[in-house]
Amino acid sequence: MKEAPKGADCRVAFAETLIALAETDRRIVAVVNDSLGSSNLKEFKRRFPDRLVNVGIAEQNLVGVSAGLASAGKIPFACGASCFLTGRALEQVKADLAYSRHNVKLCGMSSGMAYGELGPTHHSIEDLAWTRVIAGLTVIVPADPIETARAVRAAAAMDGPVFLRLSRMPVPTVTPEGLPFEIGKAALLRAGRDVTIIAAGVTVGRAMTAAELLSSDGIDAAVMNLSTIRPIDRDAIVEAASKGPIVTVEEHTVHGGLGSAVAEVVVTTHPVRMRFVGVPGVFAPTGSPEFLLDHFGITPEAIRSAARELVEH
Amino acid sequence: MQLAISVHERARRIRRASLRMVHQARMGHPGGDLSCADILAVLYFHVLQLDPDSPRDPNRDRFVLSKGHASAALYATLAERGFFPHRDLDAYMQPLSQLNGHPDRNKVPGVEANTGPLGHGLPIAVGMATAAKLDGAPWRTFVLTGDGELQEGSNWEAIMAASQLRLDNLTVIVDRNRLQQGDTTEKTVGLEPLAERWQAFGWSVVEVDGHDVDALVAVLGDLPASAGRPTCVIARTNKGRGVSFIEDRVEWHHRVPTDEELAAALVELEGEE
Repeated sequence: MKEAPKGADCRVAFAETLIALAETDRRIVAVVNDSLGSSNLKEFKRRFPDRLVNVGIAEQNLVGVSAGLASAGKIPFACGASCFLTGRALEQVKADLAYSRHNVKLCGMSSGMAYGELGPTHHSIEDLAWTRVIAGLTVIVPADPIETARAVRAAAAMDGPVFLRLSRMPVPTVTPEGLPFEIGKAALLRAGRDVTIIAAGVTVGRAMTAAELLSSDGIDAAVMNLSTIRPIDRDAIVEAASKGPIVTVEEHTVHGGLGSAVAEVVVTTHPVRMRFVGVPGVFAPTGSPEFLLDHFGITPEAIRSAARELVEH
Repeated sequence: MQLAISVHERARRIRRASLRMVHQARMGHPGGDLSCADILAVLYFHVLQLDPDSPRDPNRDRFVLSKGHASAALYATLAERGFFPHRDLDAYMQPLSQLNGHPDRNKVPGVEANTGPLGHGLPIAVGMATAAKLDGAPWRTFVLTGDGELQEGSNWEAIMAASQLRLDNLTVIVDRNRLQQGDTTEKTVGLEPLAERWQAFGWSVVEVDGHDVDALVAVLGDLPASAGRPTCVIARTNKGRGVSFIEDRVEWHHRVPTDEELAAALVELEGEE
């Protein structure tokens, strides 16, 4: 079964929320590397022309300038394609934002394999591994428009550097309306006794579909949305491990990302068997984002197989 | 001129303290400390509008030491200016000290940016100056860069953006001591014609003797050099200035003086007190 490319682009919720926040908080500014369109900030610029700083195609400067703005009391949302924002400017992210404790919100747009056919130069399947090891940097991967809006608000409200990993891939809504969002708290979207599927971002919808498939197999699977990768919700992971095995699902290399972060908690608290669903440590071939997710088995069927293997063997 | 003599004496004290700190820590960058001592003295005792008792005053002028390895000179200057007691300098690079080998804004009063990796200070300063422009605030931003440091591409990203953003509240001072860690800048990756390069990027450029306190006072007291443009002051300096056997010698980038060398240096740097 191939998941239809339907759903919402989280950048819409991102931009609407940022504009709403900027209406009431003059400290909020947007900083872009000529990424006005890809960050969906044209309306922000129309509304607040003076508060949109375009530093040109220069990611190191983008992050450094944002640090300087923050040091003078602004709350900069520094926006750019995640691959360049994290990869090109990683030293600035470490030194100027995290080590310096500057209140900058780093917004990595079109992360994962959302750039599809543009290829591995534009894919950002290493960004969680790079960012989640940096002390003092909060890392959030919202799953859908509702959670994106809440994550943007929570990031603006907290004092400290945040990496928001955003996507342009259409995603189904998975967040229940009444579910509160709190940085550092995982959300149990579905309870289950036999196995827990832990996912984040665009893979949460696929994890939910996998749980449905497993239900028809007679396997009761829980689904956890681990949207905050750092600081990680240890309690939620320990609780999941105490019930049974864990499958992690990420639109990222399986080395160093969400699965590794979960495993670090599991092996030191309540060791259980795990399976990592994600990109298997290779550069992607040419293909659309949906094709590539299918190609690497980041699919409801593959998640189902991984969970069945753990439960039945 | 009484003022110039006073700043000159401050510079001498900064040099003496820096060398003592490097000697005691058995680590540091004395050549670069000594080359920027006069610039720091002029900035902190004549140019910068700030209050050591209120180091986070939102309307203070900002100073970013982009060449963060000259931390001994910066700490000595901050102590001399009254941000913390001179005796704190004894802790330079000692275990758990606030005075790390490269400055930390969250630990040391008066430090504005966590520099050390080269090419970071100028982009941060562009952000500071942009914030002041957004607020219509009168405070100004100053950055001191090394010259070898200008080989880092991030500087040129910031240099382009600063002129585009018309940041005439931003001044860069280049400590043009002509030496980097391994050799002269020109034998490594040459920077000349440096003034013309900054001008071509839209900056006003002023060249000055970086050890002539009166000349520095004149240049830094008359900013911006032209309205609507950021100013670059190329300060011609000597690495290791003030100590004959350190001056202009590449090995003193991060050599540590022996007991005898320290004593000899301090004799050369006899103060007026």
